[in-house]
Amino acid sequence: MNNLLLYGITIILLFLSFIKDKKKTKKALKKSWKAFENILPQFLGIIMLVGILLAIMNPEIILSLIGEKSGWYGIIISATVGAITLIPGFVAFPTAAMLLEKGAGYMQIGAFVSALMMVGIVTMPVEIKFFGRKLTILRNALAFVFSFLVAFVIGKVVGGI
Amino acid sequence: MRHIKRYKFFIITIIVMIILNLNSGNLGVKAIQNVGFSMKEMILIIPPVFVLLGLLDVWVPREIMMKYMGEGSGIKGVILAFILGSAAAGPLYGAFPIAAIFMKKGVKLSNIFIFIGAWSTTKIPMFLFEMTSLGMKFATTRLLVNVIGIMLIAYILDLVTSEEEAIELYRKAESN
Repeated sequence: MNNLLLYGITIILLFLSFIKDKKKTKKALKKSWKAFENILPQFLGIIMLVGILLAIMNPEIILSLIGEKSGWYGIIISATVGAITLIPGFVAFPTAAMLLEKGAGYMQIGAFVSALMMVGIVTMPVEIKFFGRKLTILRNALAFVFSFLVAFVIGKVVGGI
Repeated sequence: MRHIKRYKFFIITIIVMIILNLNSGNLGVKAIQNVGFSMKEMILIIPPVFVLLGLLDVWVPREIMMKYMGEGSGIKGVILAFILGSAAAGPLYGAFPIAAIFMKKGVKLSNIFIFIGAWSTTKIPMFLFEMTSLGMKFATTRLLVNVIGIMLIAYILDLVTSEEEAIELYRKAESN
């Protein structure tokens, strides 16, 4: 549904662009291709790496580490797992829901979801290419630390701890 | 030779994948399935994102982007960065090439970081999905705390970037 919308908008804009100025449209598509080709090696590498990491880490392993009683130790582990992996939301959320059902703590899941979204260790090579080393490391480090605050607030509000 | 160097990382992951498949069948198959899944997502999302990026580069003049999201754009620029990031689709690495175009168009650095943060964390379709999986209370709490975090992180990053570093960053984006 979301993809359909994205494609719809893109096709309409591309069509309008083509009607208005063929040359400019061609130039735009050339730029699109160049930007894509520029980043393709990293994209491919990351997809492979994530596939391998996800295969190695299964829910049982994760669950044994982040149970409700695991405390701050479990929160650190959840945030670390979230930071390293790059799981698409439509896989991550049902997995998180399942982990909660099986006894993971709210704080741990909060840290996991927040780190998963904001921190991207495996995508750092791409980020460095655009933002440089310093800003990339700093952004990811700040986001990682912030995940603990998210864990704390989620624990208070949702978990009632 | 140039290509081999560029694809070095990818080639290494392929070798790891082969070793994984030779040694432990089950894990290897699962890894390949995961890769297939991500590939499908990438193939689906990437074409429109990059076409839009090219169109944006060609059609939207620098002056307009600067006016709405550049220096002195104030709260308007912040809100716009949030909306653009939240309306996005696809994984975070799709946001970086767009951020480069934003630099090229003179968008303020803090707004670029807000855009990146919003793309990673406040995407609307993802939020709806999170709500159905983890509940309204969890999703809204996380969203609210993360929105504050995104702004905080954006301002800190902006603060620690010296003028020379920023100029260098924008120059690099220009040459891409």
